Amino acid sequence: MAMPRRLPILLFALLMAAVPFIPGVPPFWIVLLDNIGLSALVAMGLVLLTGVGGLTSFGQAAFCGFGAYTTAVLTTTYGLSPWLTLPLSLLVAGCAAVVLGLVTVRLSGHYLPLGTIAWGIGLFYLFSKLEFLGRNDGISAIPPLSIGSLRMLDPGTIYFAIWIAVLLSALLTLNLLDSRTGRAIRALRRGHIAAEAFGVHTPRAKLLVFIYAAVLAGLSGWLYAHFVRAANPTPFGAEAGIEYLFIAVVGGAGYVWGGVLGAAIVVILKEILQSYLPLIFGGQGQLETIVFGILLVALLQLAPTGVWPWLIARLPQRADRKRPDMSLTLPARTRAVSTAAVLLQIDNARKQFGGVIAVNDVSFDVQAREIVALIGPNGAGKSTTFNLVTGVLTASGGRISVLGRSIDNAPPQEIVKLGISRTFQHVKLVPDMTVLENVALGAHQRGHSGALASMLRLDRADEAKLLAEAARQIERVGLGEQINQLAGSLSLGQQRIVEIARALCVDPILLLLDEPAAGLRHMEKQQLAALLRQLRDGGMSVLLVEHDMGFVMDLADRIVVLDFGTKIAEGTPAAIKVNPEVIKAYLGAVA
Amino acid sequence: MLFLMQDGITNGAIYALLGLALVLVFAVTRVILIPQGEFVTYGALTYASLASGQFPGTARLAVAMGVVAFGLDIFAGRKALHGRLVARAVLVNLVLPGAIYALTSWFSVRQGGIAINIVLSLLIVAVIGLFLYRVAFQPIAHTSVLVLLIASVGCHLAMQGFGLVFFGAEGQRGPPISNEAFTLGALRFTGQSIAVYAVTIAFIVALWLFFDFTLTGKALRATAVNRLGARLVGIRTTLAGQIAFLMAALIGALSGILIVPITTLYYDTGFLIGLKGFIAAIIGGLVSYPLTAIAALVVGIVEAFSSFYASDYKEVIVFFLILPVLVLRSLSVPAVEEEKD
Repeated sequence: MAMPRRLPILLFALLMAAVPFIPGVPPFWIVLLDNIGLSALVAMGLVLLTGVGGLTSFGQAAFCGFGAYTTAVLTTTYGLSPWLTLPLSLLVAGCAAVVLGLVTVRLSGHYLPLGTIAWGIGLFYLFSKLEFLGRNDGISAIPPLSIGSLRMLDPGTIYFAIWIAVLLSALLTLNLLDSRTGRAIRALRRGHIAAEAFGVHTPRAKLLVFIYAAVLAGLSGWLYAHFVRAANPTPFGAEAGIEYLFIAVVGGAGYVWGGVLGAAIVVILKEILQSYLPLIFGGQGQLETIVFGILLVALLQLAPTGVWPWLIARLPQRADRKRPDMSLTLPARTRAVSTAAVLLQIDNARKQFGGVIAVNDVSFDVQAREIVALIGPNGAGKSTTFNLVTGVLTASGGRISVLGRSIDNAPPQEIVKLGISRTFQHVKLVPDMTVLENVALGAHQRGHSGALASMLRLDRADEAKLLAEAARQIERVGLGEQINQLAGSLSLGQQRIVEIARALCVDPILLLLDEPAAGLRHMEKQQLAALLRQLRDGGMSVLLVEHDMGFVMDLADRIVVLDFGTKIAEGTPAAIKVNPEVIKAYLGAVA
Repeated sequence: MLFLMQDGITNGAIYALLGLALVLVFAVTRVILIPQGEFVTYGALTYASLASGQFPGTARLAVAMGVVAFGLDIFAGRKALHGRLVARAVLVNLVLPGAIYALTSWFSVRQGGIAINIVLSLLIVAVIGLFLYRVAFQPIAHTSVLVLLIASVGCHLAMQGFGLVFFGAEGQRGPPISNEAFTLGALRFTGQSIAVYAVTIAFIVALWLFFDFTLTGKALRATAVNRLGARLVGIRTTLAGQIAFLMAALIGALSGILIVPITTLYYDTGFLIGLKGFIAAIIGGLVSYPLTAIAALVVGIVEAFSSFYASDYKEVIVFFLILPVLVLRSLSVPAVEEEKD
């Protein structure tokens, strides 16, 4: 499975290794390639941070600065070997990321990019004012990298160090993205509620990518310091930080190779502009920034998602991925030992939003092996009740208990461990991940491999089991044909079914379905009803919100009716059909 | 002490004006307007050039951008070209900058006096702002904040480059609006600083009135919340964007004209001034005008004090000022689900 996907990377590596030996390659090209590699490293971190994780940062240049200055000070003032300072440079950049990340990563929306601009500039001024960093002049005479007697003095030898770093980082990043942790990171961009409902600790995942991106930038800074053998504040300022983001966006912010391609485009473009524009227009200064700026605006108008995806779309499609080995099984989730027949007990649950009482002292329960439907007109508080049970919202009052134990406003990540999983009224899938990957996110908390293991591919046994489980659940809901399609390409009805498969991956005792039949055709509804009955007979309970009365009346064992946040009726479908309160709520007062 | 305070408040008032413009543009178009600083330098240096009897290159830029905007307008409307559309395109994109260009070249030879120079500078920069939206942002108005932000940075680079071409690397100062000065206790107030205060307060009140009490203002805000929804109820979102940019350019140019008699401005000074306006805008949460104004005063005062007591670390202190505020903000605002793409 791995070989066909690795082949292009291997070819690329061979090509890059061959370039310096091609006779007649101007040394100047090698310098350009060195610069491309240095920028690509930073851009790759940004791809993960911004394109995949949805966290925009203008401050990456500052992390390069941490890497470069660390090695500059340690090698010049203390005479350490550059190889010794490599881990230290990465460590300093990583620690800076922890501190800044703890402050900034919590920021939502556009506060984050603006916050990063601010500390990016702040750090730039700090670099240029600190005495031991040489103020504006910086630090010079940094020793070159050397292996034995080979001193990497000229651009042609450090070229190998730089591109080995780029290729290794690309490989590690690709591995990371194609893993349990990677799926969690890729789910971040679509908001945190869905990810948290399956046990992802989103703040931790965000901090992780932030640190990862900073370490890559630190690596670039360390290489840079030994490449130009000097460090001064200019390359680590706000303009550079902005340029790195450019590179990522131009190349294609969601794609690892987009970072490399973007670096190539921007570095070469700037070089061409700098060397040819003065020839055409005479020596007027800064003309290249004008053209550079205009070209970027034009490029964004033509290809807002970047050049790499534009390019990939024009290449022949790759062969389908192999299906997971379905013989592998995940161990079942450890279940709380309990003899209680009542699975979910809701006691006077209450939720107030300011003056609005969305859920007004609602009580009901769900027994083992039972399908309960929660119905009511729009705005009755059904979805809010779901959110209270799953920990998305904290209750203003009342008690919700699972198997006799109060859940006490536990966060969603804890609720899912109890075996309660859910789907969403507004589908929350990651559209650019395949059905398989989306569903595998459901099994997140049943896997255990961390980021480091994923990067080094030590997670394969764990990963194969997760994917097998996901594939099994996809077969179960009848979407086996679509397993490798992108979730965004499915119809809305099918996406709802994918959400059910994802919820089943939790190995739940109680399934909460928010309008699962909306958007389904008649036949599909019947298949869904059959599936839910089969799940119930297998020992699972289902609590569902649904507007399709035919579907509900046919399927539910019991129905709870809400109106304006208050429970107005509860009973069997037959009893609910003739309940005067329910008829009044749906059709208005009987004249 | 008092003197530092006064200095801080004067600078803070300028940051407040810029912060307001940033909030305005962001609220209407979701563009984080990095080139705001260029509007400042363009305004200031255009004014200074006119005062010294030189023809400002910005007028040429306005005409050039108008021609491009005209091309885009005609190209965008090529399927249904009718008389009114063409007439509007000609009028706004060609006649307007052309007229300004003619006026500028007329007055740059014959000294027209301070008032005329101010009006001309404001006109030139306002028109540039309008065309900037038309050319750079209108075609990508529907994309994500990130793409808009990158485009915004591109505009900043290009405009800063043009700034160097037009005005050279030398710093310039302009003549003050008023040479009056009086002393009150230990403080000396110049007419210029009084003008800064007055203009700032006038703008804050005007923006507040505009956005909270007029239909156009409310329409602009509606555009920011939901473009499609705003269009469905008949708000012309492109016009809203153009108005926002025009106003931002106007405010930027005005702040430039206000400070160029006090400090020497270089072609690239605007960026840093704009960023400090940013800090104020962020502290104000990009939504609140009064909060932004107060935050801007704080930024100005902190800057004045730190430049006196720890001048080396002035910028460091100012830019790190934002961090505690951001943390407080993100802790106080409950986590809301955002659907981004």
